[in-house]
Amino acid sequence: MNKTKKRFTEAYLGIYGLWLLAFVVAPLLLLLVQSLNLPGQGFSFDNYRDFFTSGPYLAMTVNSIWYAFLITLITLAISYPLALCLTQLKHRQLWLLLVILPTWINLLLKTYAFIGLLGKGGLLNQSLSAMGFGTSQLLFTNGAFLLVAAYIELPFMVLPIYNALLDIDPLLPAASRDLGASSFQTLKKVVWPLSMPGVKTGVQTVFIPSLSLFMITRLIGGNKVITLGTAIEEHFLVTQNWSFGSTIGVVLIIAMALTMALTTDRKKKKGGGRK
Amino acid sequence: MKMVRGAWLAFCFFLLYAPILFLVVYSFNAGDAMQGFSGFSWVHYQELWQDTRLLQILLNTLILALTAALIATVIGTIGALAIYRTQRQLMKQTLLSLNNVLLVSPDVIIGAAFLILMTALGLKLGFLTVLLAHVAFSIPIVVLMVLPKLQEMNQDLVLAAADLGAKPTEVLTKVTLPVITPGIFAGFFMALTYSLDDFAVTFFVTGNGFSTLAVEVYSRARQGVSLEINALSTIMLGLAFVLVIGYYAYSQRRQGQKNTKLKEKVQ
Amino acid sequence: MKKLMMTFLAILALIAALLLLEWGLTASRAQHSSQKGDTLTFYNWGDYIDPSILTDFEKTSGYKVDYQTFDSNEAMYTKIQQGGTNYDLAVPSDYMVAKMKKAGLLAKLDKSKLTGMDNLNKQFLNQSFDRGNHYSVPYFWGTLGILYNRQKVNGADLKSWSALWSERYKNRVLLVDSARDILGMTLLSQGKSVNDQNKADLAAAQGKLSSLMPNVKAIVGDELKLYMAQGEGDLAVTYSGEAKNAIEKNGDLAYTVPEDGSNLWLDNLVIPKSAKHKQAAYALINYLNRPDVAAKNAQYIGYATANRAAYEKLPKNVQNDRAFYPKQSVLDKLQVYQNFDQYWTQKYNDAFLEFKLGKS
Repeated sequence: MNKTKKRFTEAYLGIYGLWLLAFVVAPLLLLLVQSLNLPGQGFSFDNYRDFFTSGPYLAMTVNSIWYAFLITLITLAISYPLALCLTQLKHRQLWLLLVILPTWINLLLKTYAFIGLLGKGGLLNQSLSAMGFGTSQLLFTNGAFLLVAAYIELPFMVLPIYNALLDIDPLLPAASRDLGASSFQTLKKVVWPLSMPGVKTGVQTVFIPSLSLFMITRLIGGNKVITLGTAIEEHFLVTQNWSFGSTIGVVLIIAMALTMALTTDRKKKKGGGRK
Repeated sequence: MKMVRGAWLAFCFFLLYAPILFLVVYSFNAGDAMQGFSGFSWVHYQELWQDTRLLQILLNTLILALTAALIATVIGTIGALAIYRTQRQLMKQTLLSLNNVLLVSPDVIIGAAFLILMTALGLKLGFLTVLLAHVAFSIPIVVLMVLPKLQEMNQDLVLAAADLGAKPTEVLTKVTLPVITPGIFAGFFMALTYSLDDFAVTFFVTGNGFSTLAVEVYSRARQGVSLEINALSTIMLGLAFVLVIGYYAYSQRRQGQKNTKLKEKVQ
Repeated sequence: MKKLMMTFLAILALIAALLLLEWGLTASRAQHSSQKGDTLTFYNWGDYIDPSILTDFEKTSGYKVDYQTFDSNEAMYTKIQQGGTNYDLAVPSDYMVAKMKKAGLLAKLDKSKLTGMDNLNKQFLNQSFDRGNHYSVPYFWGTLGILYNRQKVNGADLKSWSALWSERYKNRVLLVDSARDILGMTLLSQGKSVNDQNKADLAAAQGKLSSLMPNVKAIVGDELKLYMAQGEGDLAVTYSGEAKNAIEKNGDLAYTVPEDGSNLWLDNLVIPKSAKHKQAAYALINYLNRPDVAAKNAQYIGYATANRAAYEKLPKNVQNDRAFYPKQSVLDKLQVYQNFDQYWTQKYNDAFLEFKLGKS
């Protein structure tokens, strides 16, 4: 019995491993070689030295992490209540699909629509002034940038949280309420901890890609925020210095792996005795 | 409480659909830009109807996205099972990190790396290479969606099934898969999203006459994206709505039938 | 499990249905233009040709055209260099022609197979990036200049690039996100060349540029035309093509080229070395060189045509639009970008990056 199970595991690992080798490990090695191989100079660590001693790049790194953090936070703040509301609806699956639907429309087009909405004579400003507030500059502000970034990432946060919330045994919150806990206490002490796996996945699927966000930093942010994603794009597509672009890529990937390792370590300590 | 809930839902859906509504409205603009609505007209739909090249690109895009998402979902689910079953922490951690590499890498890097790899392998660029690339970058998101479902799964269930003599295949199809189904669906839809929206990777690995909507839209940016694309998006959105609601209604009805059957049995 | 299987099958069915649709569409397209001729792969910027020209060309020549698109010179370069797919005709800008030529990616043009070259404006032939036009045929051209809102800015004030530094324009200027163009215009304002390769000059330009920051509202890309049309900025440093597009959307906008000179950009037709259907490529170049075709194309795109004979055929108000077809005295001061090597490309970009970061 156990043998067949083991064989299954091996088969899974085999299929998945093959994909990892071909599409992750191989490109990763390619990236590493490229970052160390300077055109015309051969093998050298110069790129890494340049990266870690350059003011602009370090500033961009800090920017990237800070804004990815903010985007994740905002997305979570909107998504968690939304997911919670969705689970309580009658046709919740349908509503969930309706949350995903907007992501199927081209991103550039949606961004252009945002430019129209947030513009000086745009809908938002018009309604603001109709309500008696003056028009204000919305585009090229951090607020607008964060809003659009959160908009893009929203479904990636809602989905895992929704799934985690659905798994919670409805008897548990009910019991909590029966025992006299307020709705808020129930949420804080029962629902939130139980939905943690979903929140974690959501944070991962939002934070990690946000680190290398680039297009909307220019489109909506007017290049007031410059992240590592922008720099990489520039090195690959403008200066065509693939070597340095790869270096930044490698740094990003290492940073991601480190974050992952650190977050799981903490989890292990917390839930140490459970398994 | 109900009020708050309704208000929040209304706010979120307004946020989600405001830009969509905006570009849908402008697809009927008689003018040429997403600015200053100058009158209702079908002109951009007529343009679209005559532009068989764009329609072909649309079909290409849909076929590609559905196929890629389907394959990625299968492999991604297998991957999640593989990571879940791995015992050693270090190995598990390495697998997860490798899984996330494609999520953290900007599209241009992935695109350029895939292009180098695929030309090195002597592959002819076209539908197949784009499909491979899309499957590749959609797998990580599927893994991330399925894995927590596995981790939440009640282990006793699996053990009980095994104790009762269920073969591993039966445990998989009768216990594990049903439990993680929501995660698999979530993974599929996210993979679909990734595939539909990807520009940079597709651009690099495409060739020989194959193109997708995202590549077409982005490369029109210098000349200005025409409202024809709005019209196309509106139609896509309409179809998606019909499909989603139709599928939902169908599955609801099946659910209903099942329930009545069950009742009949009990009676 | 059953639900999973059902969905799986439903998606497969959907894919099959779509494949069928596509097959039908391809069949009807093939029927529409029932030629057995070669398929020419035309690699161009998105929407950078009147589609009806391609259909007409297919009808008259018997070749089929597969129109593929890119969004930046560098991305196109990577695709052609890396291979794996063949393009028969491409449209790089000036400096990129030089770069591709240097990398050995271009096929030398057989002049005996080209017709209609006499129609082209001599002004745009024999440029530094391709002396004698052995590799490229000019397609459209334009300038770098200032797009401004006539309601808010007096065009007469914009005689020089230095005008942008005026305190009046505090937080009102949009810049195009391109190191070469922005540093180039700063160099011009200092009486230097856009192709300057002197460290001291570049440092001085960077210094001057950083003092422009208070005036800069945002640094954006292709979406600049959208922003200007919406009135987000009162002035913008951008290309004539973009400007044209914005003016079409908003009549208050106007475009001018400062008198201290500017950049002249040219998009050119080239045949990559890896092209498989060179005959077809020549046929399309010749077709596009025809005055009536070039004029029709210019009307559709709105950029300035490099075809003299086609220019003559344009409506008078287009011909006399000095913003887009400037006087000879302005033309004489325009400079074409030379292709920089890696070192100088990097230098310019680093300087621009530091400028952008200084903003936050």
